Amino acid sequence: MFKKKECVAMLLAGGQGSRLYTLTEKTAKPAVVFGGKYRIIDFTLSNCVNSGIDTVGVLTQYQPLVLNEYIGNGQPWDLDKTYGGAMVLPPYQRQKGADWYSGTANAIYQNIDFIARYDPDYVLILSGDHIYKMDYYAMLDYHKKNNADCTIAVIDVPLAEASRFGIMNTNDDGSIYQFEEKPKEPKSTKASMGIYIFNKQKLFDYLTADEADPNSSKDFGKNIIPAMLEGGERMFAYPFSGYWKDVGTISSLWEANMDLLGEQPVFNLKEPSWRIYSRNSTEPPHYTGDNSIIVNSLITEGCEIYGRVENSVLSNGVTVEAGAVVKDSVIMEGTVIKSGAVVNYTVMDGNTVVGCGCSVGGSKENGEITLVGGGLKIPDGTVIEPGKMINESSLKELTEKEDK
Amino acid sequence: MSAVGIIFSNVHDRNIPELTQMRTMASVPYGCRYRFIDFALSNMVNSGIQKVGVITQSNYQSLMDHIGNGKDWDLASRSGGIKILPPHITAFASTSRLSFATRLSGLINSLHFIERCKEDYVVMSDCDVICNIDFRKLIDAHEETGADITIAVKNVVLNSESCKKNVIINSDDEGRAKDIFVYPTEKTGAHDISLNIMVMKREFLHSIIHDSKAHDYTSFNSDIIARNINSYKIMTYKYDGYFACVSSFAEYYSSSMELLKPDVRNALFNIKDRPVLTKVRNSSPTRYGNNSSVKNSLIADGCVIEGTVENSIIFRGVKVSRGTCVKNSIIMQDCEIGENVVINCSVLDKNVVVRDCRVLSGHETKPYFAEKGIMI
Repeated sequence: MFKKKECVAMLLAGGQGSRLYTLTEKTAKPAVVFGGKYRIIDFTLSNCVNSGIDTVGVLTQYQPLVLNEYIGNGQPWDLDKTYGGAMVLPPYQRQKGADWYSGTANAIYQNIDFIARYDPDYVLILSGDHIYKMDYYAMLDYHKKNNADCTIAVIDVPLAEASRFGIMNTNDDGSIYQFEEKPKEPKSTKASMGIYIFNKQKLFDYLTADEADPNSSKDFGKNIIPAMLEGGERMFAYPFSGYWKDVGTISSLWEANMDLLGEQPVFNLKEPSWRIYSRNSTEPPHYTGDNSIIVNSLITEGCEIYGRVENSVLSNGVTVEAGAVVKDSVIMEGTVIKSGAVVNYTVMDGNTVVGCGCSVGGSKENGEITLVGGGLKIPDGTVIEPGKMINESSLKELTEKEDK
Repeated sequence: MSAVGIIFSNVHDRNIPELTQMRTMASVPYGCRYRFIDFALSNMVNSGIQKVGVITQSNYQSLMDHIGNGKDWDLASRSGGIKILPPHITAFASTSRLSFATRLSGLINSLHFIERCKEDYVVMSDCDVICNIDFRKLIDAHEETGADITIAVKNVVLNSESCKKNVIINSDDEGRAKDIFVYPTEKTGAHDISLNIMVMKREFLHSIIHDSKAHDYTSFNSDIIARNINSYKIMTYKYDGYFACVSSFAEYYSSSMELLKPDVRNALFNIKDRPVLTKVRNSSPTRYGNNSSVKNSLIADGCVIEGTVENSIIFRGVKVSRGTCVKNSIIMQDCEIGENVVINCSVLDKNVVVRDCRVLSGHETKPYFAEKGIMI
């Protein structure tokens, strides 16, 4: 039942994304809602399909329920295949013991058997944390042309920010001579995007050697890449230009959502040749009432808009009642903003009810971003100060304080 | 109970010739993102029916494209699922026998499908029934009364035009059908009309089809129901939910506009566990520009709205450019409307391009219609 595949993708989707706070309380980061009707992982999965890669192992670990359910049999991305397709790969129990994935390299090591079944020439390692459109096949061509053992996708970052990234120092032909993780004084601005193509056998050899090293932290960036450089393997940096955004923090998640707005959006979701696929809801079209005002926003199916929505991204099934205002915000699915409530400069998770006359967040110009968790019932008239992070327990504290 | 569904995809094609020139009645676009057949299909799936035969006659390419393998309705299944039943055309067939012009001739030609089913009941539905009905209740009522055939009816007020396109059924206090008027000319006022949804035992339908073949019957209503109204036990089932009757282009327009009313949308789309399913298109969310103004409108995903939209139904992938005003109109999938255009009381079929500064207007009773793919 197994056909040889030229390239198998392994998508690391086990990350917690702790800097997304309450958004990842019950969901892994790749399953966080983005751009109205997508989840972060949709972009990587769609890139795979659009690049002609049809075998994708999705490695899950942290809070996998939503993610497993979302990926299902891979049907929304045409990844329900007889040979290959999308496969969710959680850690599992062995004859001797059972291990969690202790690092990115270890996660792949534990699934060497899965990769070997397809006997691929190349293995593509991805993470489900970024918003971008990229042709992995072009990168594979580059890898083949250079007769490389490992190719790492890099993107130019401003010099001032380069010390936040893993930086590749390269020769003129693109070959890498040095890798520096978060260097204090960066020599180049080529930041690793965490996208690697390996020749299968080299990858297996280095993973096996790394696994035997008790001092290794079992990480691609920290261990495998330096070891390969030291071993004198042919390593190349593949330059990528275009939109690429890590959405690991609330403010970067908010910014990336805002990049979808405007008459010429910074990041275009509507490119016919590079469609982004997602698991669609079955909701009716959205309705805009008589007194609704919608300015520069993204609105998804199932929304009912009677109030004012400005510079915002609304997921499916959001209701904005008459007299309510949503400004500079990201509102996720099924949330209800009751009449007279004002939500400003806020990221709000799904299925929350904001009571009548509430005031959430402050203005974008002077203040911090506000975060409100999912499934909450915010009582009428509650004031949530700018910059607050509200989940179930902090909401309870807040309302009890007000009662006194 | 187990039931198989049968949908007639071409009946009433002649009612809206504008929209059925290039497609079946079943694949007429409706309500921003749906096709007529989505309602019948969703009703069946939501009622636990897992096998559906769709009888086709002509022009069914768009329908097959829409249905695909049925996965969007969870009907892509090895046992059952959705089956398109196209007309039999053999090298030796005489052409007069080919058309599935009526329900009964469609059923006769699809006898092989009905024979191979194992389900106890057959639920038959036309494709142009815009409603959200639970067939389980219909079958329960059918079992309770021990009827041969149970027909869903709804009390509506008919005018001199719409009465000619409907079937009126009079029934007694117990709901037993006593008289049937097929497309009467003078039956205005409030009447129980047939929703063209009926249930019967599969074996019973089987015997009817054999009998009709032998007698060369062609019309289900006239030859089966009307002839046997006293000898068969034919019961009516009163449906009291929302139902749109689309028997003319003007009615297509007016019933589409009814979707702008919240109670109509709730009755059709927002019933718990009874979603209306349709083909997924992976459109991005709709993007509104800086100067857009939108009032009382229903808008699907994948649009770009930079102008003004009022009292309108906008399908997926439509672009409304700056300075343009769309009012009281239905704009279908992927239409592109240029700048400073005025559109009022119009229906634009798919892929229509309207260049800058055009003015299109019809009237509520006679909306202007632009056919698929033209450039204005």
